[in-house]
Amino acid sequence: MNDILTELESRRADARMGGGQKRVDAQHARGKLTARERIELLLDEGSFEEFDMFVSHRCTDFGMEAQKPAGDGVVTGWGTINGRMVYVFSQDFTVFGGSLSETHAQKICKIQDMAMQNGAPVIGINDSGGARIQEGVASLAGYAEVFQRNIMASGVVPQISLIMGPCAGGAVYSPAMTDFIFMVKDTSYMFVTGPDVVKTVTNEHVTAEELGGASTHTRKSSVADGAFENDVEALAEVRRLVDFLPLNNREKPPVRPFFDEPGRIEASLDTLVPSNPNTPYDMKELILKIADEGDFYEIQEDFAKNIITGFVRLEGQTVGVVANQPMVLAGCLDIDSSRKAARFVRFCDAFEIPILTLVDVPGFLPGTSQEYGGVIKHGAKLLFAYGEATVPKVTVITRKAYGGAYDVMASKHLRGDFNYAWPTAEIAVMGAKGATEIIHRADLGDAEKIAAHTKDYEDRFANPFVAAEKGFIDEVIQPRSTRKRVSRAFASLRGKSLQNPWKKHDNIPL
Amino acid sequence: MFKKLLIANRGEIACRVIKTARKMGIETVAIYSDADAQALHVQMADEAVHIGPPPANQSYIVIDKMMEAITSSGAQAVHPGYGFLSENSKFAEALAEVGVAFVGPPVGAIEKMGDKITSKKIAKEAGVSTVPGYMGLIADADEAVKISNEVGYPVMLKASAGGGGKGMRIAWNDEEAREGFQSSKNEAANSFGDDRIFIEKFVTQPRHIEIQVLCDAHGNGIYLGERECSIQRRNQKVVEEAPSPFLDEATRKAMGEQAVALAKAVGYASAGTVEFIVDGSKNFYFLEMNTRLQVEHPVTELITGVDLVEQMIRVAAGEPLSITQDDVTLTGWAIENRLYAEDPYRGFLPSIGRLTRYRPPMEVAAGPLLDTGKWQGEAPSGETAVRNDTGVYEGGEISMYYDPMIAKLCTWGPDRATAIEAMRVALDSFEVEGIGHNLPFLSAVMDHPIFIKGDMTTAFIAEEYPDGFEGVTLPGAELVRVAAACAAMHRVAEIRRARVSGRMDNHERKVGEDWNVTLQDRSFDVTVDADQSGSTVRFSDGATLRVSGAWTPGDQLAVMQVEDAPLVLKVGKVSGGFRIRTRGADMVVHVRTPRQAELARMMPIKTPPDTSKLLLCPMPGLVVTLHVEPGEEVQVGQALCTIEAMKMENILRAERKGIVSKVNAAAGDSLAVDEVILEFE
Repeated sequence: MNDILTELESRRADARMGGGQKRVDAQHARGKLTARERIELLLDEGSFEEFDMFVSHRCTDFGMEAQKPAGDGVVTGWGTINGRMVYVFSQDFTVFGGSLSETHAQKICKIQDMAMQNGAPVIGINDSGGARIQEGVASLAGYAEVFQRNIMASGVVPQISLIMGPCAGGAVYSPAMTDFIFMVKDTSYMFVTGPDVVKTVTNEHVTAEELGGASTHTRKSSVADGAFENDVEALAEVRRLVDFLPLNNREKPPVRPFFDEPGRIEASLDTLVPSNPNTPYDMKELILKIADEGDFYEIQEDFAKNIITGFVRLEGQTVGVVANQPMVLAGCLDIDSSRKAARFVRFCDAFEIPILTLVDVPGFLPGTSQEYGGVIKHGAKLLFAYGEATVPKVTVITRKAYGGAYDVMASKHLRGDFNYAWPTAEIAVMGAKGATEIIHRADLGDAEKIAAHTKDYEDRFANPFVAAEKGFIDEVIQPRSTRKRVSRAFASLRGKSLQNPWKKHDNIPL
Repeated sequence: MFKKLLIANRGEIACRVIKTARKMGIETVAIYSDADAQALHVQMADEAVHIGPPPANQSYIVIDKMMEAITSSGAQAVHPGYGFLSENSKFAEALAEVGVAFVGPPVGAIEKMGDKITSKKIAKEAGVSTVPGYMGLIADADEAVKISNEVGYPVMLKASAGGGGKGMRIAWNDEEAREGFQSSKNEAANSFGDDRIFIEKFVTQPRHIEIQVLCDAHGNGIYLGERECSIQRRNQKVVEEAPSPFLDEATRKAMGEQAVALAKAVGYASAGTVEFIVDGSKNFYFLEMNTRLQVEHPVTELITGVDLVEQMIRVAAGEPLSITQDDVTLTGWAIENRLYAEDPYRGFLPSIGRLTRYRPPMEVAAGPLLDTGKWQGEAPSGETAVRNDTGVYEGGEISMYYDPMIAKLCTWGPDRATAIEAMRVALDSFEVEGIGHNLPFLSAVMDHPIFIKGDMTTAFIAEEYPDGFEGVTLPGAELVRVAAACAAMHRVAEIRRARVSGRMDNHERKVGEDWNVTLQDRSFDVTVDADQSGSTVRFSDGATLRVSGAWTPGDQLAVMQVEDAPLVLKVGKVSGGFRIRTRGADMVVHVRTPRQAELARMMPIKTPPDTSKLLLCPMPGLVVTLHVEPGEEVQVGQALCTIEAMKMENILRAERKGIVSKVNAAAGDSLAVDEVILEFE
């Protein structure tokens, strides 16, 4: 018996060494942690249970049978984050460069299947050179098996991808179909075709970092939802995100003890909206002052900054926030912001996370680039997402809610549960000047008359009361009591039950 | 007594005057420009009159508008505060014409003291010590030596037309006087085309000490001790205290008596201040007289128990002084720190914008002002006093149109050390967010050995912070206290995190006791033993610190007790720890398990990118114009880009010669702080 135990320990030790000390040192020298070190930081101390530690590949071509390291380049298993179960796979760059073989893929598929069955999130740590070339089509088949499970798991359990090294070619499509992608600055990149191929085909000279680094994907492509300074910070922040998310779509979002009075009054919000309607202000201040303890987990912070998306807690429970940002493009909706917010709203709806919408939107951004880019269909995504969402929806209009953008931003007409307006709100078909110039076209030559008409229009329509008279606004609230009103609104909606008609699936304008 | 008082000012001083007027049962009238419609002084006053657009020269200093406001409100008296029209004799005259009382000195006194040369002459005649010197024309080097000997070394030879240090020499003996005269003369001739030189006593180790006087219209006059205002930045006072740590009783008496003599000589009747420059041997020389209430008057009130605003109002109403010189005693010590909306890390650039957070420390009444019943406003009483004179509130706006001073934070204690310690805690407890401000700098001064010893001169800031302020590095003992508090706080936060719903039963996360704390490049291994009343933090070297306090996760202010001393921390959110601000230091504190710390040590240290070849946006704003194109060579001082921030156009200029390699912004872009506008080759 003793011999067997010794054998087990020695085999385990061997597996834990991954690709050997030399490669581990090289990994560290690149500023990267090993697959197992990453799991240690991701999970509660001592909570990791590993599967398939001794799995090895079955390839016999190109002399591969001579090297059969235990684990085959990926560490898989489950553990807890603050006591809540998650499944995890972590690719080991020290073993065949983390390349994906048939068995490597099977290990990932196993935990994907278990996560689906047991209702827990999957967190994938990607650090892989790509397909294992020696295995040829078997490796490609492996990718597709993983893809298929990503698709099936979508909307069932949260899927989070961490890119902590290379992720190129077909490998990118697994993270691409998960809910969130986070990258590490300077040490990770993602692209379908690398700089060499780009150079050959299009003659563009571009570095891997420029083509698919964290900055590219958080600012330009919006492929990634966030980027962090290093491995340690990235893993700590993913833990923080998991604290906001339900484990699966059959559960309510988590609640945790909180130290913030739900009725907290913020007198300073009474002066948040400047007296000049064209002066911007920072909507994030409102989010931070509504949130429990000022804690806000922002998603896609660096992309389409004219809309803000992220998670807060109210009375300890997760709420998704979507807010126009008047500081950027006056808070207009455009292609990018519509896509960003639509995806976020659909995530919240899929996982029963209530949605708080803060509105200050002067309309859709005009211009040929927007129209040629298909703003009609992209804008419709957000409209569609809000309209189909059955989770509790509370909306606060702080200032402008003009035109079609008013309809889109979780209006009462899209089954909004509570639609509040600040006294500074202007709910109208458009701004006073534009409206006057259309209605009183005959007087266009007379500046004085137009000014008078504009004034009349402002007096009549630049307020929340016209909408409130029609019941489109449930109540005009004091800015200072927004946290209290919104918290109570969500509290009253905890039992909300709303079903959409049966359908195979909808046909959102993708 | 007056029934209604108009305060011809804004900001903290308007609020200050309103408080006393209210206590005296006088109705108050505020005035406000468009920019101040929501201001605190407007909210506090019984009524308010709008007086025009934001710029002061179209509102607060327009006498006609003031007179209209007086007529429309029916005010019987006007308190001018400081600045604006407070030392404007025309305004005082205009008031006299319509029979409205000016809460300040008579017109004649304002005029006489308003002129530098006249005031010096009057002072000399009144027997006040003035800087010895010779203002006449000096023929040659021999005469210069002769005069220097009469004045007494060291002397300063100054060009009449001088400025900026040019044509200025200091001489300590005959030889230097002879040489200095010639070189000053040459330099003056070259620089200003005017080679006239005069000689003045050079004051070594100069300190700025001023005497508060109070006179009535019946010929009575007293002095209320001195204020030490040596800590100044470009002639702007930053820290004041009373009494001065430098004066002895005899010097105080001599200065006080001369100050009263001067006031009487000009028929002064109100509160006023006689400013002196004092050298290292306690020789004092008259500088000027300010015929108004000084900004720093609260420190005098705190040690004398006299409400100066009340006294000014009573004198203006014709009442004789009810206090005599014998009634004036100086009790304890008071310190004032001026909180400015100036960013100390960016060369004290004025900062404007919205106060997203403004939570001054709680006021506490103590000392003479409490004893005499003259404490204004509501405050619980205590051992040491905290007083905050302010004109802003959370959610208010710091506008570009007026003085960047936000508040005057004062503390009083039975002795200087206690007052300083109370100030340190008060500064740490003062929460200001949304704008740049000088709180860290003030904290640094309160911990500076020269200030603690009371050895400062007017050159203090220029000498001690020659390259500006770069923040504070906490000394080891203080660092250990912060580390202990952060470890205890982090543990609380982690325990809360581990209580989230949806946990696996019986497999909960156990939050450990061993932690590693890193801050300011130091690393501490600690063990945290928590109990009902706090935590005992054991360091690996065996030292233990007891930490208690009511901090809960999310609190932005941690009022802790480490061992027996208070430790107040401003707490911000940072991944894996806190951003901690205390005692002028601003640092990231990471608290990790030993294993997390071990792995974190492997993370590469990323050097911040070299920004010397970049033009960064200094403030959030909108690009109005880009003045250069890629490939263009720019010269020093050339305009590169115009940024509009808070409706103000700021032109960014080239600091050195270079060639533009890349333009990253376009007109109409809105930029954040430190966003890259241009790159240079």
